Amino acid sequence: MSALLAVSSLAVSFHQYERGLRRRTVVPLSAMDLTADRGELVALVGASGAGKTLLAHAVLGMLPPNAEESGDIRVDGEPLDPPARRARAGRGIALLPQSVTFLDPVTPVGRQLRRSAALAGRPDPRAAAATALTDRGLSPEVAGRYPHELSGGMVRRVLTAMAMMGSPDLVLADEPTPGLPAEAVRAVLHDLRRIADDGRAVVLITHDLPAALEVADRVVICHDGRTIDEVRPADFTGNGEALSHPYTRALWLALPANGFHLPEDS
Amino acid sequence: MSLVAENVWFRYGRRHPWVVSGASLAVEPGEVVGLHGPSGVGKSTLGKLLAGLLTPQRGSTSADGTPPNPDRRTGRPNPVQVVHQHAHLAMDPLWKITTILAEAAPGSAPAEVDPSLVPPNLLDRFPHEISGGEAQRVNLARALLTAPRYLVADEISASLDPISQAAVWRLLLTAVRTHGIGVLAISHDRPLLAAVADRVVDIADVTGTIQETVPVVT
Repeated sequence: MSALLAVSSLAVSFHQYERGLRRRTVVPLSAMDLTADRGELVALVGASGAGKTLLAHAVLGMLPPNAEESGDIRVDGEPLDPPARRARAGRGIALLPQSVTFLDPVTPVGRQLRRSAALAGRPDPRAAAATALTDRGLSPEVAGRYPHELSGGMVRRVLTAMAMMGSPDLVLADEPTPGLPAEAVRAVLHDLRRIADDGRAVVLITHDLPAALEVADRVVICHDGRTIDEVRPADFTGNGEALSHPYTRALWLALPANGFHLPEDS
Repeated sequence: MSLVAENVWFRYGRRHPWVVSGASLAVEPGEVVGLHGPSGVGKSTLGKLLAGLLTPQRGSTSADGTPPNPDRRTGRPNPVQVVHQHAHLAMDPLWKITTILAEAAPGSAPAEVDPSLVPPNLLDRFPHEISGGEAQRVNLARALLTAPRYLVADEISASLDPISQAAVWRLLLTAVRTHGIGVLAISHDRPLLAAVADRVVDIADVTGTIQETVPVVT
């Protein structure tokens, strides 16, 4: 039985033009491997620029036209090309995007929720939008507000409500926690855990290692466009004796609570 | 001689609630003070008041006895510099790193930048061509080029992975110790502040006590 999502040897390159017609190729992703199964929360951890967001966009078939992709992305064992993945975006596969900028600033959130309900093919978008708000602990009057009138935590819940509208099997949560107060971070993480426990697969993309360890079943570490290690959260303990990869251990030991060490120290 | 907020009050308009109510805080030269508290309680606002980016409705802020403002007549930069969380947003996306650094010290910038802070190979790149950690180093280097006496570091590593975070703080602490710069480190991350600050104050403690002694103006 194959995993719900299986990404293997994914590489993405971009062709760019600089100064007229001189062409250069950048390779932000060179070898990414990731699996996620139903009921499982997998954290993809790495520095900014390591290619985490790009992986999510590739899975959704959302890469820009100047991107070239190689490797293999399977959903339920079936290899899918970018258009096939794009067709599933918002239904089988949902993105929980990074920030408030993914909402329309001049439209009340209620109308945006109804639109995502309609796009997800829900028979009664109005009712679906209202239920989605209450399901995420938001009062009905929130529907009349504009995105800038909501706190960071509320925006996150609205985005989650929109992502869950099509009842996806796979949720890709892209950096859902930065800039949120500690309680809101915990709420977002536990919300994701619950989504996984409901029998969906969740990929949590983050640079916040302690946050990932709180809820993940597995932690996949990526660095410079490749996935380099896969670790159980329980292995992040003590001085990192259980962590075999030097970069993973360096990440753990650089945490302020673990000594704030830099790799070049040792 | 210190960076001082004395009983400062701030709100965005007469009909709005007070964001900072009667805060008092002092940062000595060469000292790193951690300011902790949940989001939305006025940490960043207090930082902006101390840096002269906002003016308090009541109370006063000063840096070594003078208001924390640039002197446009003599061209002296603000002695209190702010380093923001989102380094990329604090840069003109159409400028190369050299130009961005030159903003702080026209003409001489690249030569004076510590290569351990901004490696020379970054200088002719654009902001979108460098990582978040590298951008924060540039941001910090730009603030240091103005030879500030105080730095307000507002969640400077909240968007960084642990290794980039440790690297940026290591560089910052080395620089401020060398030059005797006082730092207000704003963060919601207690373990981080415990690792970088000489002392940590909670925003509730610097505002709460004063609030009671100030008569409410109706």
